[in-house]
Amino acid sequence: MEVLDAALPVLAATLRLATPLLLAALAGLVSERAGIVDVGLEGKMLVGAFAAAAVAAVTGQAVPGLLAGIGAACLLGLVHAYASIALNGSQVVSGMAINIIASGLTATLALIWFRQGGQTPPLPPGARFLSVVLPGTEALAGVPVLGRVYATLLGGQTALAYLAFALVPVSAYVLGRTRFGLRLRACGEHPAAADTAGVSVARLRCAAVLIASVLCGIAGASIATAQGAGFQRDMVSGRGFIALAAMILGGWRPWPTLLACLGFGLLDAAAIRLQGVAVPGIGQFPVQALQALPYGLTVVLLAGFVGRTVPPRASGVPYVKER
Amino acid sequence: MILPPEAPPAIELRGIDKRFGAVHACRTVDLRVEAGTIHGIVGENGAGKSTLMAIMHGFYQADAGEILVRGQPAAIRGSRDAIRLGIDMVHQHFMLVERLTVLENVLLGAEGGARLAPGAARARAELARLGDAYGLRVDPQARIEDLSVGAQQRVEILKALHRGAQILILDEPTGVLTPQEADDLFRVLRALRTQGCTVLLITHKLREIMAVTDRVSVMRAGQMVAHRDTAATSAAELGELMIGRRLLPPPPRSAPQPGPALLEARGLVVRDAAGVERVRGIDLALRGGEVLGIIGLAGNGQGELLETLAGMRAPDAGEIRLRGRAVFPGRDFNAAALRRLGLGHVPEDRLRSGLLSRASAADTAILGYQGDPAYRGRLGLLSPGRIAGHGARLMRGHDVRPPDPTLRAGLLSGGNQQKLILAREIERDPSVLLVGQPTRGVDIGGIDAIHRRLLACRAAGKAVLVVSVELDEILALADRILVMFDGRVVGELPAAEATEGRLGLLMAGIGPERASAAPVPA
Repeated sequence: MEVLDAALPVLAATLRLATPLLLAALAGLVSERAGIVDVGLEGKMLVGAFAAAAVAAVTGQAVPGLLAGIGAACLLGLVHAYASIALNGSQVVSGMAINIIASGLTATLALIWFRQGGQTPPLPPGARFLSVVLPGTEALAGVPVLGRVYATLLGGQTALAYLAFALVPVSAYVLGRTRFGLRLRACGEHPAAADTAGVSVARLRCAAVLIASVLCGIAGASIATAQGAGFQRDMVSGRGFIALAAMILGGWRPWPTLLACLGFGLLDAAAIRLQGVAVPGIGQFPVQALQALPYGLTVVLLAGFVGRTVPPRASGVPYVKER
Repeated sequence: MILPPEAPPAIELRGIDKRFGAVHACRTVDLRVEAGTIHGIVGENGAGKSTLMAIMHGFYQADAGEILVRGQPAAIRGSRDAIRLGIDMVHQHFMLVERLTVLENVLLGAEGGARLAPGAARARAELARLGDAYGLRVDPQARIEDLSVGAQQRVEILKALHRGAQILILDEPTGVLTPQEADDLFRVLRALRTQGCTVLLITHKLREIMAVTDRVSVMRAGQMVAHRDTAATSAAELGELMIGRRLLPPPPRSAPQPGPALLEARGLVVRDAAGVERVRGIDLALRGGEVLGIIGLAGNGQGELLETLAGMRAPDAGEIRLRGRAVFPGRDFNAAALRRLGLGHVPEDRLRSGLLSRASAADTAILGYQGDPAYRGRLGLLSPGRIAGHGARLMRGHDVRPPDPTLRAGLLSGGNQQKLILAREIERDPSVLLVGQPTRGVDIGGIDAIHRRLLACRAAGKAVLVVSVELDEILALADRILVMFDGRVVGELPAAEATEGRLGLLMAGIGPERASAAPVPA
């Protein structure tokens, strides 16, 4: 029982913290499998978070906020699509530009609109995505172990978390078993082959960037209106890059990416739990070490120490036909 | 002769024109391909064949002209349109997604519904049927990257047939195949013809054209220069049509006085990045006071040979000796070291490796020799004044026009660029001079000047190697001629015994025994 007492909150926090990571990692995955590198996940999430919190604050409702977050992220996505597909520009430069724009723009707009030092007003519970109480929680409450697992781990998450986890099998299915997924993978591996097979590479890549933007918008909304209660300056704080790391660690595949996101979520949850805990001989537990671990892992993996992950072959390469 | 045609031609091109920037790839090309035939398109690399076919398949758009499919004008704006009209293409560089399976590649673009499963089941059955009908058997679950090149090509053909191709274009299909695989391919093509398919076969290998086609069209420098029934022509005639004739006034040439061998190579083998052997065991000895000519249709390994001799790429096997000194295998085998040992090199592709088109003519004139103290000023830094002075002297001395050392090299005409590069190399007084395509893209006047320069080098006792695809040029310059085909030297002739007819047959890969027996055109 004591083990359960200690573990359950950490595991529940893991799922909660993994949610935006997972959404953003799937966004990166869809985009890169189509051949468009997306380092602008961070910026799109930030804009999504701001728009969601702002609209939720004004309307007092969470769902319009979510839609606004998606819309705002899609606008930035269109910029990325225009730069990298229509103009064949550098996708990394475009993504970094998006991150910079997002950081400055959200803080500025928040300052102008709400005059609270770059924040949105704190959201009342009605304007947020709250924990869902699953049916049958009460009936199972008396059952030892299972009752509590059901209530706080399986249940007790927000709607956006359930959506994020449901998107893993959905994206695996779409990528592997549908026409759209096949064409998407072809565009990311060998766009000329897709082109000569009668597939419009530009249209497909645009669709992939927009899907990624929608996912980033949801991820942003989950940070500002589900995990948090309002927007704060630069509140995404690197999670877009952690998501990229999770996607790489997952080898650009949905299920392994889920595992990577859960792992990073667990590290984050453990870091929070261990904050201020004294360790004999060291003093305070070095939480920063845990927080740096995802980056370290990614570097090690990319350097080829653990297995070999192969990115989509045409990822990051503009498709230019005329020689 | 197919006269008169009962059905409209499968495909007809009228006045197709296409430019890529300054390159005029297709010049008002007309072509008529009768239904149910195997039609060959021959021409050297860069003659515009592949561009023309890519236009038919919608990969490129023509700038002008008209395409008729089965007698109907067709607007082919993309591969999708071409596929709908039953035109499909097997590209020289396969259009297969390597990490997908055979089945997924076949399905791509013809999935038959939003879900893959139903279409996949149908395609699997279709693959089995086509495999039996044409001998095109491939495991549908295999990944492309695990298949041999021949099997990948079968997948390309299956992909086209699965999408209902009736006109199949194959671009240099045998370039990557073993002879046995090529024979298999030809069997498949004949079977397709029996089923009413029309096949367009693009190649620069005349033997294949003679073996498998019904009609053949010849392209040269972006133009369609001739159409022939295969039965009524010969490899020799096609070879001549491909290369074209260019009449030169022969520059005066004294009797050769060959000196000692200055550059020797033994057993050279060179592979390209894909691991294909481009040079397959070549021996040669280049003597002072002679011009050795190497001729062959473009793409038969002579370019790789030249780059290897110049130190731009290391051979995979063999030995090279320069002025009696072993340079390969050796630690200082590179272009700069060979230059210090007295080797000059005018590369085949001057825009890629001969000059910097955005640098000034004066800078171009010291490229490769920029370490020479003669171009240094105070503090050991390069001196713009000295470089400009050297450039101006060189340009005046070699009649490079306009003689303005500040002009960007890319703005000089092709002939003047070549004169400048040749001047740079000759000025260093090398004992061995390697020259690739000395007069490619050079006007008549420039050709004569360059030829005279090269003959002057020979008279000065230098060893001169000329690699060219121009028969007339080789005949005008060389004392000895090596013919390259498929990475090997297939014939060596002294200039006195070389005629266009004999060289043409050798260049087409038709053996020396038959070459000497063949009637020699006057």
